[in-house]
Amino acid sequence: MSVAQRAWGAVPDSVKESDTQLIAGVLVFTYLLYVLAQTFLAVTNNAAILPAVANSLQNLTFLIAVYAIMALALNLHWGYTGLFNIGIAGFMAVGVYSMSILAAPTTGSPPGLGLPIPVAIVGAVAITAIVGGLAALPALQLDADYLAIVTVGFSEIIRLVLNASYFAGTVQDPEASGYNVVDIFGIQFGTGGGQGINTPTSSPADFLYSTTSLGDLLYGPSGDPNALGSAVYAAAESVGVNSSVVDGATYSFFLLVVVVTLYYVLLVRIGNSPFGRVLKAIREDELVAQSLGKDTRWFKVKVFMVGCALMGLGGILWQGSFGFVNPNTFRPIVTFYIFTALIVGGAGSNTGSVIGGAVFAAFLFEGPRQLARIVEALVTSAFGSLPSPTTFYAAVVSLNPLAWLGYTIDNVSTLKFVFLGAVLVYLMQNRSDGLLGHRKEIASSVDLSDRTTRNRESAAADGGESDE
Amino acid sequence: MDVAETYSGGRRLLIERPAVALLGVALLYLFVDLVLRLANVPVELMGVEVIGGTLAVSTFGRFLLDGLIVGLVVGLAGVGLSMTYSILNFANFAHGDYVTTGAFSGWIAAYLVGAFTLGVEEPIGRLLMIQAPSLVSAFSSPLAIVVGIILAGLGAVATALFLDRIVYRPMRDKGGIPLLIASIGVALALRYAIVFIFGTGSRGVTATGSIPQVSIPTGDGTIPLNLHEGTLIVAAIVLMFGIHFLLQRTKLGKAMRAMADNKDLAQVTGIPTERVIRATWIIGGALAGIAGFLIVLERGTLSFNIGWRLLLLIFAGVILGGIGSVYGAMAGGIIIGIASRISLVWIPSDFARVAAFSVMILVLLYRPEGLFGGVKTA
Repeated sequence: MSVAQRAWGAVPDSVKESDTQLIAGVLVFTYLLYVLAQTFLAVTNNAAILPAVANSLQNLTFLIAVYAIMALALNLHWGYTGLFNIGIAGFMAVGVYSMSILAAPTTGSPPGLGLPIPVAIVGAVAITAIVGGLAALPALQLDADYLAIVTVGFSEIIRLVLNASYFAGTVQDPEASGYNVVDIFGIQFGTGGGQGINTPTSSPADFLYSTTSLGDLLYGPSGDPNALGSAVYAAAESVGVNSSVVDGATYSFFLLVVVVTLYYVLLVRIGNSPFGRVLKAIREDELVAQSLGKDTRWFKVKVFMVGCALMGLGGILWQGSFGFVNPNTFRPIVTFYIFTALIVGGAGSNTGSVIGGAVFAAFLFEGPRQLARIVEALVTSAFGSLPSPTTFYAAVVSLNPLAWLGYTIDNVSTLKFVFLGAVLVYLMQNRSDGLLGHRKEIASSVDLSDRTTRNRESAAADGGESDE
Repeated sequence: MDVAETYSGGRRLLIERPAVALLGVALLYLFVDLVLRLANVPVELMGVEVIGGTLAVSTFGRFLLDGLIVGLVVGLAGVGLSMTYSILNFANFAHGDYVTTGAFSGWIAAYLVGAFTLGVEEPIGRLLMIQAPSLVSAFSSPLAIVVGIILAGLGAVATALFLDRIVYRPMRDKGGIPLLIASIGVALALRYAIVFIFGTGSRGVTATGSIPQVSIPTGDGTIPLNLHEGTLIVAAIVLMFGIHFLLQRTKLGKAMRAMADNKDLAQVTGIPTERVIRATWIIGGALAGIAGFLIVLERGTLSFNIGWRLLLLIFAGVILGGIGSVYGAMAGGIIIGIASRISLVWIPSDFARVAAFSVMILVLLYRPEGLFGGVKTA
């Protein structure tokens, strides 16, 4: 940590002060690291460098963008208002499933409502907001840890209901024994049950590259690329990058540049508005906010609705972009990922949320896998191929460090979670503020903490401990 | 006079807390419906069945028994969660994974003893990794089960004490939320450390086929009850009474109650708080580990996420019984278990867990202090 702190101290104050520069700096650093790593891997594997790097970066961009989006949405609940909502996965599920059901063709299996995609997205966000409002009813009177249990229970209820075959809509013959289409006043739909459901498009970039008519825009483009698409695909093909990578990169870029910025601006505006100041006051001391005449319960319901709508939209842009989704996508672990991202960045700071999303995606979520690949490449080039024992016992009794390493690398996706847990514990013990949590905005409109903040910053710049 | 009072009381309830009144009506409807169904009395109104129906007593009995089995496990595991919640003031999301740890350590021991007593030729590696399929049953090797129960408790206790030392003890003065988040981290690390060693596959561990079972006659059928279910019920009830005596007859229970009430005051009074906390982890961890071993004994399969899947049910039971109350946790667990199975009378089995979680949320909404609120530890 001391190395990290010294490195942090070496960053010019002007960069630390300017949030856009800070975010850009973190992103540039991360991308450089990934470019280096992927180039190394491509060279050792004798693969073409550019396509490998491009593919890896588009994947990284997507992960950074979605975690930044979700962390920002969560920041409204946890960072601003202090509502400990660990039902994020459930609200994402409501968003994605609502969109899929609204947009699915009426003749499909399961049937849907056949609405245009933009309408379906708006409708899904509205539905998520309403569900969030309902879920907020317990939030009115519960302590933070009770709220945590209620929200995680709520998200599991949502997942189990979506998973149940009872509403799946796959058996459409009313006379058949397993008839399971939901029929409300003649409007028929289903959730797909455990088999999952199709989302409207598997390649959102087609809206840019294949749209030739209004119908394409409304019901999802199909068929050949338009003029722009052909030109871009041809250009990419000439350097060896195939069209699916171009699609992915385009969509990821859109998420990172457009959506994250919109979320960020929205959050900053909410935070600075009178509404946002009440939220921060609720976080700091609800009783005081009440004594000043604010109906804190109503504020909590509203913020729950807004935050859940943002989570639903985030879920649509994330899980709704693969063409297919099933209830297991929305296990509570997803919620914990997003919480980790926010905690790493620092709850209460929007810039921290974005940086947390980037750091989480690049180093905690994707990092272990890439590190394992690099280690494997290095060791393989030094010692030949690595043994890969089938069980832990076989690895241990072989008394061969290479076998231990081989087993570890084979199971790095499991170790990732152990590492993630350890990081959470470490952060809670030593830096519960995360990277930027000390910049948590206060409730008053005049910055009363200005002087103390400056002292802290200069202490940190001198290499001093900033949070103890 | 009495009638008038009841009437006005009912009217006040209806006006002041309409939701509670609604909930009461719904529960009453379900109860009447259940009674009518058991008596095979369908009541129809204009061709639509409004209440009652048919339900075999044996089916209902089996639901009840299944619910009792799940409930005993949930109640047993809930004791520790409830105690740490009240004494250390945080919701321990890692408790479910203590259950898993106990199950794995217990079954390794049961496998080793079982293979030895039954004379099974299996390489030690396959026994230690619990890979040899379906080896042990309470009938063929009761010693293995007893050793397994003990080692399950010991394994979970060791894990709980170790994690308390490195994770929770440095954080004693922090609030409930940082501890809760840290416990989520512990849960992840512990669960996937188990996956790292044993893999994600689910494995059958109990010998099938040779388990004796009795049939309880109910008039219109029978309720089967096998030896493993019987073992679970007996072991769980014995343990619950054991905890009862431990907390009633020793100073420990009183010290725990004092700490749950006011930690600083307890320390000033001379209660060795750290030692009480250690005792809490030991009791809670042991019961969680044994609960894990027993549920695997009953279900026959062992996988890395049994504890995590039970966790929300355990929370539900603890909240229902009132946080901090040991008896509440036991009773709450049993009620949650039975409620989740009895609900199958009305809803498809996909929704059994939904019903249990809904009960939990309703309790938090209407009676956050729990059914036995006010009763503190022991």
